[in-house]
Amino acid sequence: MFLKDYISDVYNGVSSLLKGMRKTGYYFTHPKEIITEQYPDNRATLKLADRFKGEVIMPHDENNEHACTGCTACEIACPNGTIKVVTKSEVNAEGKKKKAVDALVYRLELCTMCNLCVVACPSDAIKMAPNFEHSVFDRTKLTKILNKPGSKIREGIE
Amino acid sequence: MFSLEGITTATQDWLLIKFNPTIALAIECVIVILLSISLFALLGLVLVLMERKVAARIQIRLGPNRVGPGGIFQTAADTLKLIMKEGLTPDTADKFLFNLAPFIVMMVAMLLLAPIAFAKNFQIWDINIGVLYISAISSLSVIGILMAGWASNNKYSLLGAMRSGAQIVSYELSAGFAVLTIVVLTGSLQISEIVAAQQNGWWLFKGHIPVIIAFVLYIIAVTAETNRAPFDLAEAESELTAGFHTEYSGMKFALFSLAEYINIFIVCAIGATLFLGGWMPLHIGHWEGFNHIMDYIPSSIWFMGKTFFLIFLIMWFRWTFPRLRVDQLLNLEWKYLLPISLFNLLLVTIIAIMGWHF
Repeated sequence: MFLKDYISDVYNGVSSLLKGMRKTGYYFTHPKEIITEQYPDNRATLKLADRFKGEVIMPHDENNEHACTGCTACEIACPNGTIKVVTKSEVNAEGKKKKAVDALVYRLELCTMCNLCVVACPSDAIKMAPNFEHSVFDRTKLTKILNKPGSKIREGIE
Repeated sequence: MFSLEGITTATQDWLLIKFNPTIALAIECVIVILLSISLFALLGLVLVLMERKVAARIQIRLGPNRVGPGGIFQTAADTLKLIMKEGLTPDTADKFLFNLAPFIVMMVAMLLLAPIAFAKNFQIWDINIGVLYISAISSLSVIGILMAGWASNNKYSLLGAMRSGAQIVSYELSAGFAVLTIVVLTGSLQISEIVAAQQNGWWLFKGHIPVIIAFVLYIIAVTAETNRAPFDLAEAESELTAGFHTEYSGMKFALFSLAEYINIFIVCAIGATLFLGGWMPLHIGHWEGFNHIMDYIPSSIWFMGKTFFLIFLIMWFRWTFPRLRVDQLLNLEWKYLLPISLFNLLLVTIIAIMGWHF
């Protein structure tokens, strides 16, 4: 019936509009919902999401040991040549020759933060860190060597 | 107790003692002009800031918070910037009309200020056809907008102006009918009498459901008349860049946006006067004590409070609802608002004749 449709149209329209206004009214009256980060002011207390991908780092433990075997899986996985693994031969305790990482060169200016290297790493030696303040005055500072000087591979990682 | 009425009476008495009546009248005119211009400037600053803050809160943001404490000087800084900017006139524009249009829009907004009662006995011009005057003058603003759109010689401007014309002409009807319901109940077109009729309760409460419907219709119609979202087809940033004021810059652009906000203030002031009792304090029946306490709040505060409540309501609409299409806009008016307001007017007339309202 025409009149019934008409009235239900009006009713549905008004009620759906009120539903929307309820939501925005809730946001207006609840300032705790505000998601704005006042960035340079709250640098000290800034909290980023766990999965934030800012740059590739290699975690080192307190003995200056890392988990990188120098297998070059990350270098192969990288789609645009950001990572270059320089390997060396090391003689270990039993007198056997073994391949080890000499320098893991990471070129931040090329990196697209695609996370493929982290996924490819068999020993979880590298991961993504939530750092995003990367601006420097000299481009060469963006080429980083991820393993710290004098570091060596942790015991028991093959 | 603070009252604006005392100040005006004292000023007039003093002027009449010092000068002869003609000069006193001239000085009063100058004072009124200065006061209304400063009210305009102040309202422009306050309302733009309020809009930005309300928008931010509704969209879970912070809004302007850099210039001054909490960003309160943001709009003053913006205005300073707009004053400094060059007012460009396009080569192919109709220069006379192009430069005239913002002033027409502004003048219409200024004229509308005349019959509004800001406080008890504080009104520029209490004409006996106040409501008629308001609905007549408010429809003139479409001329300014059409002028701006046509003179810009730009397809976006012209489209925006045409849409605005269609919109204002149609929505005026339901705004007029909503206003008429109160006129029917009061039996007078004079603003002061309409306010006085709400001595024992605002029309929104006294007039049962039909007046509430009329109030809703009025709010919808004036939102459309002031070209605000969800009816901002005349500007429609995403379709028409900026609609009728695409080609304007600097102070002429500032005049357009100032006029927009002044218009919002005025329609909300009229809505507050008609439906929420103007400067009348909230009185409930025979609760003498309660009514007495409410009388202690100055009438100007009551008026401004109600007006800003309605302004907030319209801002709430703007940041909640999506924009309508042109055909939906006209459908809404001609198929829904107009029949409903006609039927509603009939109901109110019956209520008024039978004396069913309180």
